[in-house]
Amino acid sequence: MTERLFVKGNEAVAMGALAAGCRYYFGYPITPQNDIPEYMSRELPMLGGEFIQAESEIASINMVLGASACGARAMTSSSSPGISLKQEGISYMAGSELPGLIVNICRSGPGLGGIDASQGDYFQAVKGGGHGGYRIFVAAPHSVQEMYDLTVLAFDISDRYRLPAMILADSVIGQMKEALVPHPYVPPADLPSKEWALSGKGDRGRQKVVKSLYLGDGELEAHNWRLHEKYRLLGEKETRWEENGLEDAELLVTAFGSTARIAATAIQLAREQGLRVGLLRPVTLFPFPGAAFLKATQRTKKVLCIELNTGQMVDDVRLSVARDAAVSFYGRPPGAGSLPTPEELLLQIRRHCEGGVHGG
Amino acid sequence: MVARKVFARPVSLKDVATHFCPGCQHGVVHRLVAETLDHFNAAGRTIGVASVGCSVFLYDYFDINVVEAPHGRAPAVATGVKRVHKNSLVFTYQGDGDLAAIGTSEIIHAANRGEGLTVIFVNNTTYGMTGGQMAPTTLPGQRTTTSSAGRNTASDGHPIRMAELLATLDGTAYSARVAVDSPGHVLEAGKAIRRAFGYQVEGRGFAFVEVLTTCPTNWGMDPVAANRRIAAEVIPFFPLGTFVDRSGDER
Amino acid sequence: MLKVVIEEERCKGCALCVDACPAHLIALGSRFNCHGAIPAIIAECDQARCTSCAMCARMCPDAAISIYRELKALQDADSRQ
Repeated sequence: MTERLFVKGNEAVAMGALAAGCRYYFGYPITPQNDIPEYMSRELPMLGGEFIQAESEIASINMVLGASACGARAMTSSSSPGISLKQEGISYMAGSELPGLIVNICRSGPGLGGIDASQGDYFQAVKGGGHGGYRIFVAAPHSVQEMYDLTVLAFDISDRYRLPAMILADSVIGQMKEALVPHPYVPPADLPSKEWALSGKGDRGRQKVVKSLYLGDGELEAHNWRLHEKYRLLGEKETRWEENGLEDAELLVTAFGSTARIAATAIQLAREQGLRVGLLRPVTLFPFPGAAFLKATQRTKKVLCIELNTGQMVDDVRLSVARDAAVSFYGRPPGAGSLPTPEELLLQIRRHCEGGVHGG
Repeated sequence: MVARKVFARPVSLKDVATHFCPGCQHGVVHRLVAETLDHFNAAGRTIGVASVGCSVFLYDYFDINVVEAPHGRAPAVATGVKRVHKNSLVFTYQGDGDLAAIGTSEIIHAANRGEGLTVIFVNNTTYGMTGGQMAPTTLPGQRTTTSSAGRNTASDGHPIRMAELLATLDGTAYSARVAVDSPGHVLEAGKAIRRAFGYQVEGRGFAFVEVLTTCPTNWGMDPVAANRRIAAEVIPFFPLGTFVDRSGDER
Repeated sequence: MLKVVIEEERCKGCALCVDACPAHLIALGSRFNCHGAIPAIIAECDQARCTSCAMCARMCPDAAISIYRELKALQDADSRQ
């Protein structure tokens, strides 16, 4: 019988990483994700792994880069301001086609902002947060179970496509305790071997170079087209989302991560009151489930996008929906006291269901 | 008459021409590192970490595995590499802008952790690749493209003596400064580099060699005049020597 | 016998070897190589005066110089040790 645990979301990330064979963790303390390095610092030495509390977020991501260049599964975790510091390294990893996991337990901003739950880093995560035009795989768990499952998945996808992967969550999901069934990890049989990785023992005559500098005529353009093709393939094969009650819905509510949980409760309340509302929850933010939005809005013409920010994912929703669908947005900038209640969202749902509100 | 080859290019160095300017002593330092890898017969288990600047093309010249690091981050990248491949020889090769300005945090903490790395620090008192701007090691009064009246220590600060600075850290097993401006100094530099790699082979901790070199192009000097500046101006400010050597034995 | 062999196509004409040679046997030539540099040369007649000290090669930033020594001289040196 598989065990059932009662753990924090942050701990589930750490457990998922260890299950997936990650033995290298590099990080720097920042609230609200410290459960992850604390867990790793306890567990990794016993598993023969390496834990380094680095001098900075910048050093952490570059340690991930180095370990990953050697073929190891490696990760770092942080929160928004720290993730900003890691962007340089993430860009280099993307350019060098290196896998690796970055966990962002997002907090509010801009600047020092606060430590409250936030979805203010959506743009940074999915649009290529660093320089040069690249993408990374971004998954947004909405439960402790998904913190575990998507961490495992992120390592596999990161290795398969040779690109960095990110878990984007916030303190609601990270600090919350829920039941977790830690499924044993079964590596996909078709996961390609890392022949590109720098080996540590004599393999003279087969020089391996991990780099992102391309100066030759046409080299960088070709490299970027190759990366672009990889992102396209990622969209084709690795897009994940969840639908609930869309069959008869007059209003499609969409939200990710913590907001999706609150929205789900609000939708349940609305259903009890006879309102025909459904939920489309992107599980992967990059690749974005645009095709799912198009399909759903060919039937359901009203869309309400809910975020804990002033409107970021809603841009991608608007780009994806059917031409005659109306997209509205409800969001609040993150900060103490700004997490919406189910009743608050129910009010919004009711307003949109009863018409009179048109999206722009 | 029978003759024996007594000096030739090391096999760890690829048989190619470098992109370095005429007289640039990166080439000498490359050769000394390659001679050391030959000495330990270690090229097959060596991983080099390339930095940003003129030294980035490590992989074009060394017949070894190489990973490229962002500007200044080579010691952090090397830390990740070394923690995975503990029995490999891992070295970074960094210039003065990379190591002593943007990368000061990474170098100090890698040294302080006593990471089993060898760091080759090439100090030519200027930013070479970007066209000769003021470096953290630019001498007082030295003219560069961003200190056209000469480095003014009142506003620009003072040059950093990295070999001495790192020697103060408990994790540093070896820290030395050498030059390659004369055949004798080249021999001494080769010995220091060999010792720095030897310490890694023996697992003694962090080893650091600062090499004073020329940048004839950005100094606006011919290679021979630039080389003479090392003894006349650079060594008096950056004294040669070993600043810490926790070898445990006197060699 | 050639004691100093300068790969002229690798030489960038920096003249550090010229400066280093204690016997002043090396000079810059008069033709351009593929880099557009004027490579260092040593006259055939000066090879005999070379002691194979390798100072030129040690200073060369381009590893363009190989040094040979007479086997007899090497054996003499070995027997002296």
